[in-house]
Amino acid sequence: MIPAEFDYQCPSSVDEAIRMLADAGEDAKVLAGGQSLIPVLRMRLAAPSVLIDLSALTELTGVRDDGDSLLIGAMTTHYEVQRDHLVHEHARLLFAATNTVADPQVRHRGTFGGSLAHADPAGDLLAPVLALDAVMIIAGPNGRREVPAAEFFVDYFTTALAPDELLLDVRVPKCSGWGAHYEKLNRVAQAWSIVAVAAAVQVSGGAITQARVGLTNMGSTPVRARAVEDALVGQPATPEAINAAAERAAEGTSVGDDYKENLARVLCGRALTSAVTA
Amino acid sequence: MTATAEPEVGRARLRKEDARLITGRTTWTDNVQLTGLLHMAVLRSPMAHARIRGIDVTQAVAMPGVLVVLTGEDLAAEQGSLPCAWPITEDMKAPPAPALAVDQVNFAGEAVAVVIADNAYRAVDALAAIDVDYDELPVVLDMNQALAEDADLVHPDLGTNKSATWVFDSADAGSGGDVEQAIADAEVVLERTFRQQRLIPAFMEPRSVVCDPSNDMFTVTSATQIPHILRWMLSAVLGIAEHKIRVIAPDVGGGFGGKLQVTPEEVLCVLAARRMGRPVKWTESRTESMLCAHHGRDQIQKITLSARRDGTVTGLKVELLADMGAYLRLVTPGIPILGAFMYNAIYKFPSYRFVCTNVFTNKVPTDAYRGAGRPEATFAIERMMDELAAELGVDPMKLRQQNWIKHEEFPFTTVAGLTYDSGNYEAATARALELFGYDALRAEQAERRASKDPVQLGIGISTYTEMCGLAPSRILGALRYAAGGWEHASIRMLPTGKVEVITGTSPHGQGHETVWSQIVADRLGVPFEDVEVLHGDTASSHKGMDSYGSRSLAVGGTALVRAADKVLAKARTLAAHMMECDEGDVDFTAGQFSVRGTGTSRALGDVVLAAHVAHDLPDGMEPGMDADATFDPDNFSYPHGTHLCAAEVDTQTGQVKIRSYVAVDDVGTVVNPLIVDGQVHGGIAQGIAQALFEEAVHDEDGTLTTATLADYLVPSAADLPSFTTARTATPATSNPLGVKGVGEAGTIASTPAVVNGIIDAVRHLGVSDIEMPCTPERVWRAVRGSSDGGSTAPEAAGGLGSIDAQGGQS
Ligand SMILES: Cc1cc2nc3c(=O)[nH]c(=O)nc-3n(C[C@H](O)[C@H](O)[C@H](O)COP(=O)(O)OP(=O)(O)OC[C@H]3O[C@@H](n4cnc5c(N)ncnc54)[C@H](O)[C@@H]3O)c2cc1C
Repeated sequence: MIPAEFDYQCPSSVDEAIRMLADAGEDAKVLAGGQSLIPVLRMRLAAPSVLIDLSALTELTGVRDDGDSLLIGAMTTHYEVQRDHLVHEHARLLFAATNTVADPQVRHRGTFGGSLAHADPAGDLLAPVLALDAVMIIAGPNGRREVPAAEFFVDYFTTALAPDELLLDVRVPKCSGWGAHYEKLNRVAQAWSIVAVAAAVQVSGGAITQARVGLTNMGSTPVRARAVEDALVGQPATPEAINAAAERAAEGTSVGDDYKENLARVLCGRALTSAVTA
Repeated sequence: MTATAEPEVGRARLRKEDARLITGRTTWTDNVQLTGLLHMAVLRSPMAHARIRGIDVTQAVAMPGVLVVLTGEDLAAEQGSLPCAWPITEDMKAPPAPALAVDQVNFAGEAVAVVIADNAYRAVDALAAIDVDYDELPVVLDMNQALAEDADLVHPDLGTNKSATWVFDSADAGSGGDVEQAIADAEVVLERTFRQQRLIPAFMEPRSVVCDPSNDMFTVTSATQIPHILRWMLSAVLGIAEHKIRVIAPDVGGGFGGKLQVTPEEVLCVLAARRMGRPVKWTESRTESMLCAHHGRDQIQKITLSARRDGTVTGLKVELLADMGAYLRLVTPGIPILGAFMYNAIYKFPSYRFVCTNVFTNKVPTDAYRGAGRPEATFAIERMMDELAAELGVDPMKLRQQNWIKHEEFPFTTVAGLTYDSGNYEAATARALELFGYDALRAEQAERRASKDPVQLGIGISTYTEMCGLAPSRILGALRYAAGGWEHASIRMLPTGKVEVITGTSPHGQGHETVWSQIVADRLGVPFEDVEVLHGDTASSHKGMDSYGSRSLAVGGTALVRAADKVLAKARTLAAHMMECDEGDVDFTAGQFSVRGTGTSRALGDVVLAAHVAHDLPDGMEPGMDADATFDPDNFSYPHGTHLCAAEVDTQTGQVKIRSYVAVDDVGTVVNPLIVDGQVHGGIAQGIAQALFEEAVHDEDGTLTTATLADYLVPSAADLPSFTTARTATPATSNPLGVKGVGEAGTIASTPAVVNGIIDAVRHLGVSDIEMPCTPERVWRAVRGSSDGGSTAPEAAGGLGSIDAQGGQS
């Protein structure tokens, strides 16, 4: 498969990247790990005239401790996220979800920011980011702005990013000591989720004090399962309470597919069960 | 020259070809570079059925680097019609099959124009600039609808969508009784309908062709399984004298039958090279490969089985619809017929009838795919045996034992007219049951049922056999196949004692270079490393019938043994002459000729050199030490075995997990156990893929919606259990090596083992069939449908239940 012709640029700073994007106009595309973009180009589903490669922007890689939050650079690869001790400690849900992304080859090239900017509702990192109330830090010709995850994901493959903007970092509030689990159902190992459920819970004295639940591939964007969260808080961390709450997982979704709704409920129960024991 | 210490045959050698294949440092067709090479890209129809009103190429021709754009009209006078070598009946209907569509396209993906440019990128760029004006025609996709009275027609000129009907009836053939009578007289009759979904061969190396027209020859390098057949057919299709065509199949990366074809692109590359007077290359993209390389399977099987209440089977009736797609390719019509002889499998059915109707639709043509007709047959009969066991309430393995051919009954002539030369179903089954832990798993199954565990356990059985080692030429003739089934080998003893083996088989991943070397090393007493195997080039390997149908070892290996024996016979005569003794007193062991009872000996290498220099040969002996042999088998070979699958079904999500899988195969003598294991592993993986993962899906317009590997789910090692493999061996009596063939056995055996396992896990919930692939959603719906009291699937094949002897529903 052969992509159409394009120019290639490799900026060495964020500012230069923003300038290049502005100069190139609507027809430019940012290249991160290329794991989604390159297939799109090769199948000629898109034919941008310029690719702006972010791989030299080392300031966008890595995970930093920022007080109450972690700052994860957009160019941090899935593999780096998987191995990062800050992520293990303060954002276990992200770790759990990243482990299920594709295969080792893809995880070594694909990036955290690329996944979010690509905004495939079947992508595994969107629901955790939404559930954890992460905030996107975005740069454009008019400076920087912050967009909460709930507003960032707009539609299938569509985000709040303007064509001349870059995703720089993601601020993920710490959930230290929470239990977390990502329960994914897919057909073969390297396939995307049919449905997956991201769950993080804080248990104190046998009771659930906080709960965050996000659904993958249950709509055109990731979905927050608020009904489940509300049903859990204040309940004992028992199978009965968890199963009763999980029954509400599909509430407010609109996929209109009884199989996927069933999966949301079943996987939600399993995700929560694993999370409280994690 | 030293003799090899341990016998080569039976030794688990690593493959000598692997280093170059795995690193890619080899002659994959796309690696071929030639001076002045041009590149071809193919424009494909987005429509499944349309008339071509016009094609405007003016813009495309003006694009940078483009030399010419050719349409079907440009080539109409010279492109001929792609060959079909298997007209299964005298009145079979076959449409003309142009390489480039001329005025009508009949499947989405059919080639409508080609661009020839100075590089591959520019050739693809120009495709978008070609403007084709289509007039849409109604699309025919469903076989049942295609056969309806007022159906739209794929090829209106044929007047029907039915290509042919092929019948075998044991009463007519004299090989058994009348099945209708058996059904009428039966105590139990089961009728089921199974769907063999369409599959895509998905070989790893995409197809690629280079045609070089220089030197007054057409040298065609192609990623093909069949260089010899391709040469013959190119000559027939294009009217180019056969001796002016040389075909090279260099290292080829997989085929699974998918490269057993004479493709439109091969023809187009030759025509383009002839026009341009320069070499032309075409390499497909993965999506092109999925879209227009031939597909496999795609049958609807209606099976009626009659039996006595005590479990004895009395009759089997098979009514098939087989989807040809839009055209008849090389062996398209014959694929379902290869299954005709296998539905009765290892069981002693006294009566049998098989009727196959071949149907045209607006889809990619089907053709050979690993097992070709036999997996379909095996699936149907093994599913039916489980259905009968369930109907009678007996253990499915006991039912099989009751009906199969006992080991002392071989050779056994079946109701389909084949003579199974050897086998021991009892031995393979006993070993499989032991490795599997059958009784313990049955106990766990009962426990899970009792406790209403959300994860249910099922045990799937497949006691299969198959026919391979294609094929006795006279049988092929009787089946109206256009070619023979023999194979050729030659051995050239070089003056230094090294050995060149030339084979007519055409390996594309199987490891013939290793196995052929092992056979020759043993036979001639030369080191394994001293043997070089040449193949896949009609200039060096001038005679052959290529590789498919698990034939290479059983047929080509036998030719090789015979050639080696001819070398030895001549060498023995010369050795006797050299040692001045009677030929009858010469022994040959471990590469040495010796005079019995004396210390006199000559190494084979010395004898070879003496033959080469020819200074002192017996009167009348020709110089040199080479030999040829061509072997035509007089029977097929019949691998068999018992595969057992423990399947866990998550009734809440519908997901199936294979917990354990045991395969005990009897493939006769094993030359290289490592290679046999590799074939079995890959074969099982492919069979499991049909059961659980793969399906070529078309939308209502006839567009293939699974044209990438993200949509067409080929499983990887991560999706499969660790297989337990073992072997029993009853040597074939039909060839001197005693080998049976192993290329397709795993694929043939495994699909029903998996589906039987799934059904067994949920049968108590009222499920008696799930259409393949058994996706989580299908399994969940089947389980839920039945617990709601509804039917399992629209076709609810199992829902017909048993019909009693009077024909009433019971
Ligand atoms: C075989 C395979 C299997 C996969 N399976 C899964 C899976 O199971 N689960 C899953 O979640 N994902 C899966 N993926 C996708 C993978 O996670 C990709 O890494 C991810 O979707 C995109 O990340 P990337 O860095 O490769 O982005 P790219 O492909 O480089 O870019 C993707 C898009 O995001 C834009 N973009 C990238 N970075 C930025 C930025 N900083 N600012 C603004 N825009 C940006 C690009 O312009 C492009 O439009 C799979 C991919 C493959 C090839």
